[in-house]
Parts: sequence; C-alpha cells; structure tokens
Amino acid sequence: MIDRAISSRGPDSFEWRFVAIIGAILSLGLLSIYSVTHAQPGSGVPLYAKQMIWVVMGGAAFLVMLVFDYHKIARLSYPLYAIALVLLAVVLIIGKTSRGAQRWFPIGPFAFQPAEFAKVVLILVLANYYANSPREGWRQRVVLPGLIMAPGLLLILKQPDLGSGLSFMAIYVAMLLVVGVRSKAVGILILLGLMVFPFVWEAMWGALHDYQRERILTFVNPAYDPGGKGYHALQSRIAIGSGELVGKGLYGGTQSQLKFLPEGHTDFVFAVFAEEWGFLGVLLLLALFLGLIMLAMEIASRAKDVLGALLAAGVIAMIGFSLIINIGMTAGIFPIVGIPLPLMSYGGSAIVATMAALGLLVNVKRRRLTLFY
Amino acid sequence: MLDLTPHQDELRELQRRLTILRIGLVLAVSILAVRVWHLQVREGQYYRDLSENNRTRSVILEPARGLIYDRNGVLLANNVPSFNLYVTLEDVSDRDALIKRLVDLIGLDEVVLRKKLSERGAKLLPRKLKGGLTLREAALVESHRLDLPGVMVQAESQRNYPSKLTASHLLGYVGEVSGDQLETPEFKELHQGSIVGQYGVEHTYDRFLRGRAGQKVIEADALGHEKRTVEVQKPEAGDDLYLTIDLRLQELAEELLGEEAGAIVAIDPATGEVLALASRPAFDPNVLSRELTPKQWEEIAQDESHPLTNRATQGQYPPGSTFKIVMAAAALETKTIDPTTTVRCVGSYPFGRRLYKDWKAGGHGTMDLRQAIVDSCDVFFYTIGQRMGIEAIASYATQFGLGRETGIELPSERMGIVPSPAWKEKARNEIWLPGETISASIGQGYLTVTPLQMTNLIATVGNDGVSYRPRLIRAVMERATGRLQELPPMARDRLAIKPETLALIQDALAGVVTEGTARRAKSALVTIAGKTGTAQTAASRPGPEEDLPRKLRDHAWFISYAPVEAPRIAVAVLVEHMGHGGSAAAPLAKQLIEAFVKLAPHEPVIAERGSTARAPLAATAQRGNL
Repeated sequence: MIDRAISSRGPDSFEWRFVAIIGAILSLGLLSIYSVTHAQPGSGVPLYAKQMIWVVMGGAAFLVMLVFDYHKIARLSYPLYAIALVLLAVVLIIGKTSRGAQRWFPIGPFAFQPAEFAKVVLILVLANYYANSPREGWRQRVVLPGLIMAPGLLLILKQPDLGSGLSFMAIYVAMLLVVGVRSKAVGILILLGLMVFPFVWEAMWGALHDYQRERILTFVNPAYDPGGKGYHALQSRIAIGSGELVGKGLYGGTQSQLKFLPEGHTDFVFAVFAEEWGFLGVLLLLALFLGLIMLAMEIASRAKDVLGALLAAGVIAMIGFSLIINIGMTAGIFPIVGIPLPLMSYGGSAIVATMAALGLLVNVKRRRLTLFY
Repeated sequence: MLDLTPHQDELRELQRRLTILRIGLVLAVSILAVRVWHLQVREGQYYRDLSENNRTRSVILEPARGLIYDRNGVLLANNVPSFNLYVTLEDVSDRDALIKRLVDLIGLDEVVLRKKLSERGAKLLPRKLKGGLTLREAALVESHRLDLPGVMVQAESQRNYPSKLTASHLLGYVGEVSGDQLETPEFKELHQGSIVGQYGVEHTYDRFLRGRAGQKVIEADALGHEKRTVEVQKPEAGDDLYLTIDLRLQELAEELLGEEAGAIVAIDPATGEVLALASRPAFDPNVLSRELTPKQWEEIAQDESHPLTNRATQGQYPPGSTFKIVMAAAALETKTIDPTTTVRCVGSYPFGRRLYKDWKAGGHGTMDLRQAIVDSCDVFFYTIGQRMGIEAIASYATQFGLGRETGIELPSERMGIVPSPAWKEKARNEIWLPGETISASIGQGYLTVTPLQMTNLIATVGNDGVSYRPRLIRAVMERATGRLQELPPMARDRLAIKPETLALIQDALAGVVTEGTARRAKSALVTIAGKTGTAQTAASRPGPEEDLPRKLRDHAWFISYAPVEAPRIAVAVLVEHMGHGGSAAAPLAKQLIEAFVKLAPHEPVIAERGSTARAPLAATAQRGNL
C-alpha cells in the first residue's frame, strides 16, 4: 500500500539530474557511433539508428525496473538466475559464433548477448542472498555467494568472454567488500590487489615472450589483434593521443574515419570520442561518469535496507568496473579485454542491461523513505 | 520493529564500507584522466604525427624517360604504355571463379595463374599477374570490371626500341635500379623500382634521360583505398637525345655483317661524330628492358657468341697489318728510314734462330716504304721494326691513340694493349724477347686494339693528324625549357707528326685500294684510301686456312676513309674468323662508304625533323606514364 503511494510520486530534482547525466552520456555515445559509421556503405538499418532503438528499449527497461518494488524483483532473483544460466548454457550450443567466440543469440537483425543480462541478475541474486542471510562466518560471506557466482562465471569464460567474466568477479568482490569480511586484512588485501593489479599484470605480462602473450591472448580473446601483434592497441593510443587538447572535431577523426582504428563503434568508442573531442571532451565525459557514480553512491548510502544498499553497490561496481577497464584498455594501461564502455559502446544487450541496472538504482532511491512510515 | 535497531546498525556499518568503493573509483577515474592527459597533451604531438603518417601515403609519379633520336630525328627509343594486370587478394572472394573468368576472357594459363595467386605475399597489396597485355585484352578486362573484383589493369610506361636489334649495343637497355647502384651518389635521388639505363647510351646519358620523379600525397584508409589527393608534385620528363648516328648507315652496317660476328664503325673525321657503330651478334633491347626471368638471363649470359659484348668498343683484336700505318709514321719520324730507303723482300726475315715469314711466299722484291704499305710487305716492316726497337713503336702507337680509351660515351670501353718491355715486366713478370718486337712490327703478338680505336686512327690520318674524341650525342632537347642544346665539339688533338710523313702515308693508303691489297674496295663513286689487315688468332698453324676449325681462323680487318682528297667518313671493319682483310672486310667498307656518299650531302636540320616527329611521340610518352 505504502509502496504504491510512493511510486506514484513524481520524480524529484535528484532523479532529474540522474536522468540528465544518463541522457548526456547516451547522446555522446550516439554521436560517436554516428561519426564512425555514417559514412560506411552498408545494407539495412545503419548502426546509429539501431543504437537509437536500443536506447529507447533501454529507457523502457529503466522504467520497468523502476516501477516494481525492488524487494519484489529481488524475490524473483533465483528463478531469473536460473534462466540466465540456461541461456548461457544454450548459447554455447546454438549461439552465433563471431570472431572466435560464441556469445550471441541472433534475433532477426539483432543479437542478444545473455552475459550482459546475467550480470544484472548476478547483482540481484547476490544482494538477495546477503539480505536474507545471517552473514555469519566466512563460509556464508565468501564461499556460498562464490558458489552462486561460479556456474555463471564458468559458462561465460567458456564462450570465451574474458571481459564479462572479469565483470562478474568484480561485482562479486565489490559486494563482498561492502558486506565486509571478518578479517580486515583480507579486505585490505583484496583492495590492494585491485589497486596494484595493473602493475602486477604489466610486470607478469612483460616477462612473457611475445609468442606466449599471443597464445594467451588469442586463447582468451580470439577476436582481437587481427592486424598483428599490438596493432589494435597502438592504433587506439594513436587515436586518443592525436586528439590532443581540443580534438580533431566531430567527424574529423582520421584514425576512426579511415578505419585505422578497428571496432570504433563498440569497445573502442572511447578512442573515437577522445580523437574527435580532445582532452577537454574527455574531461567532460569523465566528469559525467563520475557524477553518475557519485549520485549512485548517494543512493547506496541512503538505502533503507541491506538489500537496497547492496543492489546499489552492485550496480556501481558493474558500471564502474566496465568504465575503468574499457578506458584503461583503450588508453593502453590494460591489456585488451573485450569490455564495452557503459552507455556509449554500440550493443543492444549492454545498453538495455545497463539501463535496467540504473532503473534498479532509482528504484532503491525512491523507496528509501518507506522506513519512516 | 524491535529488531530494527541492530539491523539499522548493521546497515550503517555496511554503508560506511561503501567508502572503499567510492575511494577506489575516484582514484581509478583520476588515474584514467592522468593517463589520457599524458597521451593527449604531453605526447599529443607525437601521436598526431603518427596519425598523419597513418593517414597519408605518398605515391611516386614516375617521369617519362627522354626519347632518343638519330641525327636525322628518326626515333630510336620511346615509351609505350604497357598494360599490366594486377590483383588484390583481399578483394577476391572466390578464387576459382576468378581464375575461370580470366582464362575464358583473355586466355591466361590456368596453371601459371593458380601458382601466382597462391604465392605468399601481402593480401592488401596488388600483385602482378601478367605484364604486357594487348590493348584488346586490357579493354576486355576493363569492361568486365564488375565481374572481376580485385582485378585491375594498370597502364605503365615501358621502354620501347622500334628498330629492335639495330644499334642495340649503342642504345643499350633500361632496367630497375639495383641496390648497389642506389648506394652511389649518381643514383641517390632515385628510389627502389626506378628505371635507369643499364647499358649503352641509356646508361651514359641516364642523367639527361631520367627526368625527375614527382609524387602524389594521398589520403588512404586502413585498407589502402585512396580517399583523396592531398598534394601533387608533377614529375618532370627527361631530356631527349639526338645521337650522331645515321640510322640508315647503322642498319646497312649491321646488314653487311649479317650473321658474322664483328664490328663496323663509321665516324666523321672532321668532327669525331660517330655515324654508325655496329656490333654483331646483337640483342633485342626490348626484351632486356622488361623483367627477365633468371632463366632468360642465364641464356643470354651463357650465349657463346657473347651478344651483349659491344665488339666495336670492347672487342680487342691484334691489328694485324693495319698497324703498319703506325710503323710507317714512326720509322719516318724517328728518321730510321727516309722515303727512298729500300728493303729487299725475299719472303722471309731471319732473326735469331727463327725465320719470320712474309705473307707472300716468294717475297715482294725490292720495296720502298710506299710500296711496302701498298703490298703490305711484312719483311720491310720486320726490318724497320727491328731497327727502331719496341720503345719507339710503343711510343707512336700510344700517340695514335692505341692502348688507351678513346673516351667514347659508352660504358666499359676497353683499351687494348700496346706492349713494351715495361708492360711485359709488369703484366707477366717476364723480360721482353727481341723476337716479340718483330711480331709487334706487323701488328701481331701482344698488341691488341678495338675497332673503334682503329677507326679513330684512320680518321686522324685522313684528317691530316687532327683527331677528335669520338662522340655520340649531337644535341639534347631540354624538356624543361623546350630548347635544343647543340653540344659543343669535342676536344681535338693534333699528332706530333710532320705533314710530309702523313702525306706519304695518305698516298700509300690510296694506293692500297687502287693497286694494292684492297683492290676489292675500289669504288667507281668515290676515292677510298685504306689498309687491310689480318689478325692471327694462333701463333703458328699447319696447313691452309680453310682446313682450320672456324674458331682458329684469322680475323679480317679493313680501315679506310673517303674521299681521299677531303675525308668525310672513316670506316673500320672487323669480321671475326673470316681470314684476309682484303677479301672479307674491304668490300663491306666500300659498300658502306658508297651508301654514305649516295645519302650525302645532307646536313640534317634536326630541329625541324625533330619537332614534327616529336608531337605524337611526346603524347605517347606521357600516356605511358599514367
């Protein structure tokens, strides 16, 4: 009863800011996709138009996740996770194979990627688990949720999709940190581990022979580096660097327009943006993302219960991790793993899943006051 | 609501731990910002340069090579468009279909085609399938362009020599600049794949003919597809050359040699201009200017008849009796004899333990110098050679231009050998034997000369002792200015020999044709003076000449000038393994001289001939450079 009364309330200025930031990031993404793909001859619906359809569908998902009480949605988390696992299993059998990985269900001219859907469901299922568990001892805090995550992770790695797999683990680790682990040392260790990860990775990676790296990379990520070792990473760095302070102007990015930069509309959309908008544009974009994260943090720290706080934390982890790894890899501080830039990279599944997750966030925010009734 | 408080506490604690996430994310985003700042601001210029490099590509525009004409403006070398068939594998989806289409369309060999397509190499770069398509084939491919994805016909310039084998040694041929050549200062402004002259005039005058390459800077995408032109720097065509050669005499000279190996050189004694320079066997410069397979090269290089050797400038033969001209001048100038001195020839000359024979078994009887030249009496020259000594002989031979380069503008001219005790000591580490002086006196032994040297020698004699460096270029047509630059005459030289001496020799040489060994060169049209010679290829041989294997037979010499009174042409003929100069060589010189006289007088006005001949040819040359 109370819920219904609250949900009929109009959006407040906080929510408007939230939506405005999402809209701004989506628009910059669309512009970049349009810039790279508008001149390409192709049959059927152009990519930027498709992406617009995805944005509209993402808007719908956003509203759906907002309307129903998140407690009700969380109650469905186990069945939803079961569906996700089935989809992840089935895609390995009948999914479309593209560039060495079997990740997609073709649906007409579109492709559905169950891993993106599974990420949101993982947030739901872990938050639901922790909210309803006494959370006593490391077994209940670490091992059980780990076991819940494991089948999804393994199915995703089997595709193989290293990027989504890493996202899965990041969501789990972030929620675990927020729940708190018994030993402070473990928490600090994990945090330190995350922080020094790039350096350790570089050191380990740097010690390998080129052919070993290539083997590992082609094993986990066959789609990348088609033009030869390091070509992709270099072209991405050139694209970003050559944008300089003010950029080459919209549609003026030679790296992306002349196809030196592959995948400019998907995983490397940040390089396209940085080339055309320059460092000033990058600052604007990072500010928008940071603003989004801060607003989400606000929601999490004002959530009325553990479930809400953990849902918010999970969504923050999912979006924040993708943001950092994606820009980090295009800017050449991480190896190239396929992770899309949230709200910007072309891709229906990712857009809809991200929008659904953001809807969940606003859902948590709108219901935080119920406590005092 | 009772358990609310502990629940609330736990929630508060949980929410405090969000700080970890908050700090981590802010930190990470800051690191990203710093990284991007580093790329875009600190190293931005570096990456901007890299992206420019990526974006633009410069394509070399080859210049049209200069044309070559004879002295009358008749075309000897030009450029024709050659249609070459290329394929870019990246754009080929169905190889079998492509092969089938090409076989059906222009009848390419399926096996060869399949092999070329499966060779390793960059998929993005066009590879050559076939060169030299006919116009019809090129048109067929072009009109089926849509059915032949990845296939293209490129019109490229190909050097062309319309008169085929004629003057091949003189003109030379062209080819891609070699790696070694690129290292030398002469070729440093060229690039891999530049076409340069590799032989003949094409080589010597490459700096004129070559022109200057231009370049086109294009913007290309990652697949190499041209998007737009950023900048064009036009190529400058090379200068045209007008040679001193008269193609009609050149053709006749080569025809006269026919299937025999040998050389015929004709020059204008008054200027040193080379009118004809023939060497047989010849090669087809059209073939050598294309890409040769290693097998083709092998065949040419292994050919026993050495078609690539320019016998006129690189063939070294004993001068035989033609050397008696030098002997006569030397003997008079050193006052060893005077014109009235006589020697009795009994058919042989005893020296040491040997008997040096005269070519005429019974001997010539009593001879003075003039008669000795006319009848080519060997004993007379044995005698005076013995009296003069080898040093004097060598000194005069050198003065007449033997043993050194004539300086003709052709690559790898040979010098021949003027032997002397010092030379023998140095070259063979042996002492000079007196008998060798006797051999040298009649132009045998170690003494060797080139046909060009002998032409120069006889021209100098006919020209009263004035000699010119032989020249091949009359004028250069500068493409840049459109002006025809006549080259200044070559440096001249005068022999330190008294006019009376030369006059006596000239009279004797006229006698050689009218009453002596070269009566077969006597012409009803023009007076000719000359000297026959027979160059021995082996020192002593049993039996008559005809029984010998061909390879051991003597070479026939005849050197001459005409008209006797005021020489306008000097001709040297050398025919390998054809025996006596009087019978094998003299008639050829006569025919060439008569042809020259019939053609003359024509002082060619090359500017006018040139300009009428040039118009369509220039267009061809440019088309060939597309």
